[in-house]
Amino acid sequence: VTPSEGAAGCGRWSEMLESLLALGGLVLLRDSVEWEGRSFLKALIRKAALSGEQVRILGCEVSEEEFREGFDSDVNSRLVYHDLFRDPLNWSKTGEAPPGGPLGALRAMCKRTDPGPVTIAIDSLSWLLLRQPCTTVCQVLHALSHRTPCPGHSPAVEQVRVLGLLHEELHGPGPVGALSSLAQTKVTLGGTAGLDSAHIVFRRPRQRPIHQTQWFSVLPDFSLDLQEGPRLECQPHPDPYTSPVDPTTHLTFNLRLSKKEKEARDGLTLPFQFSSEKQQALLCPGQGQAASHIFYEPDAYDDLDQEDPDDDLDV
Amino acid sequence: MKGMHLPDIRMLLQGASPRSSEMFPELNNLLNTTPDKAEQGKLTLLCDARTDGSFLVHHFLSFYLKANCKVCFVALLQSFSHYNIVAQKLGVSLAAARERGQLVFLEGLKSSVDVFFQAQEDPHPLQFLREASAGNLQPLYEFVREALTPADNGEAAWRCPVLLVDDLSVLLSLGMGAVAVLDFVHYCRATVCCELKGNMVALVHDSGDAEDEENNTLLIGLSHQSHLILRTEGLATGFCKDVHGQLRILWRRPSQSTARRDRSLTFQYKIQDKNVSFFARGMSPAIL
Repeated sequence: VTPSEGAAGCGRWSEMLESLLALGGLVLLRDSVEWEGRSFLKALIRKAALSGEQVRILGCEVSEEEFREGFDSDVNSRLVYHDLFRDPLNWSKTGEAPPGGPLGALRAMCKRTDPGPVTIAIDSLSWLLLRQPCTTVCQVLHALSHRTPCPGHSPAVEQVRVLGLLHEELHGPGPVGALSSLAQTKVTLGGTAGLDSAHIVFRRPRQRPIHQTQWFSVLPDFSLDLQEGPRLECQPHPDPYTSPVDPTTHLTFNLRLSKKEKEARDGLTLPFQFSSEKQQALLCPGQGQAASHIFYEPDAYDDLDQEDPDDDLDV
Repeated sequence: MKGMHLPDIRMLLQGASPRSSEMFPELNNLLNTTPDKAEQGKLTLLCDARTDGSFLVHHFLSFYLKANCKVCFVALLQSFSHYNIVAQKLGVSLAAARERGQLVFLEGLKSSVDVFFQAQEDPHPLQFLREASAGNLQPLYEFVREALTPADNGEAAWRCPVLLVDDLSVLLSLGMGAVAVLDFVHYCRATVCCELKGNMVALVHDSGDAEDEENNTLLIGLSHQSHLILRTEGLATGFCKDVHGQLRILWRRPSQSTARRDRSLTFQYKIQDKNVSFFARGMSPAIL
């Protein structure tokens, strides 16, 4: 990879993540058991944090330590992890669980007062949907994405981005459809043969949805490496490590005849070809050719019984 | 083929397999692990479809006992003596492990009777059997936490705690909702895997029935929480004497050190008396 290609590659993944984050509103990440989406979510979070924003994470599925693993320190310093993993249902009865549960914590995020763009990541929406009614979750998400400006600040709409991770296979078409209609951007994760893919649908207001498919791989520091796509489909140049093999070597039969062999072949009379010589031979059986005879000497065991030649009638 | 001595061919294919019959050495090779260098903080999901995947439960039980870990086994499906007999074939004595405090064994079949016929001050781990309304599995979680939290005397007698559950689908049959079981696994994972840096292994059946929404929710929800999924399936073509099924290994949340490639491997297997042999698809010794 030449340096210019590398820089262009970095630029492209940066652009792609920026376009995902630029719209604001709800970005829905749909993953599956086969193609997990937390790495992509962390890549988006890293991008948002590196642009100087504060990122608040509602963490229900993994511990804070596991979520922060892989981020470097300047990314980690901008992350605020609301830990709903350790004791979401208040079983330990220590009072550490946030009041109102996870949705209460989300609603509290609506009411924050510091200015500036903020990114809220929900890991995961599926966790919420399994324990809360779908309508409530949708209402809270809608309120989050369309926050009214706080009094005292300028009335310009503040940039709020909500990144929601959804495990698609867990839910029926109803909740998935409801969340999809709420989302400004939908990313469906998949892949093939070692490469991950993201199918992205941008829904800008009063415009047609834009579809885009991007192949990538997530590096250990959660930056993205964009790829060209699966290489199995078209190979214009042959693989330099294998030379083309001549299939006509080491055959057990002849593909070509020499001149002498061709003449011999042409001189053959086919057995069922009726030529004039054959006609003559058939019509005149004399000329020194005796008629054919069969001589048979019956041996001692032969019992030539004309009425029972096979000797199998039990008479 | 009949003239050839088949066990010799198996030895050739296995390479230098160890003579010890603890756990299944071939499975350890496939998972790239040994009792000495077992990873910690992982949830392994065992799943079976159209076949019996319990041989994996026996494998992990003897594996972790051999690795000198403290094991809490929530055994809801079979009796203690059943697991003990199989473990002895694999070179481990469950009775001895229980004597020396390495194994905490909750025998579901026996202790469920205690819920009804013995007065208990503290909630019994299987208290949910008594409750008419949909309860939760908090008493079972408390039992696990108490069993695996190391004693306060500060001695690190065992390597790391391990929770083994056979199996979670039984809890659904006993009336628990899928979300209640997922919550139980969540809390166990938070305590055993994250706080105590131990491991957790659980078996779930895949009924293959699209109508069984609760089981599907449980299976998919658990799959998303797992680091490693071992899925055994019966062959699509039916029963075969020499190939008992297919094992699919899916590494879901690779740690930073492992590459993202080679996340999924598929093998076929044959269960023998004291061992399970694995081979690539179509490469069963019986047909080579």
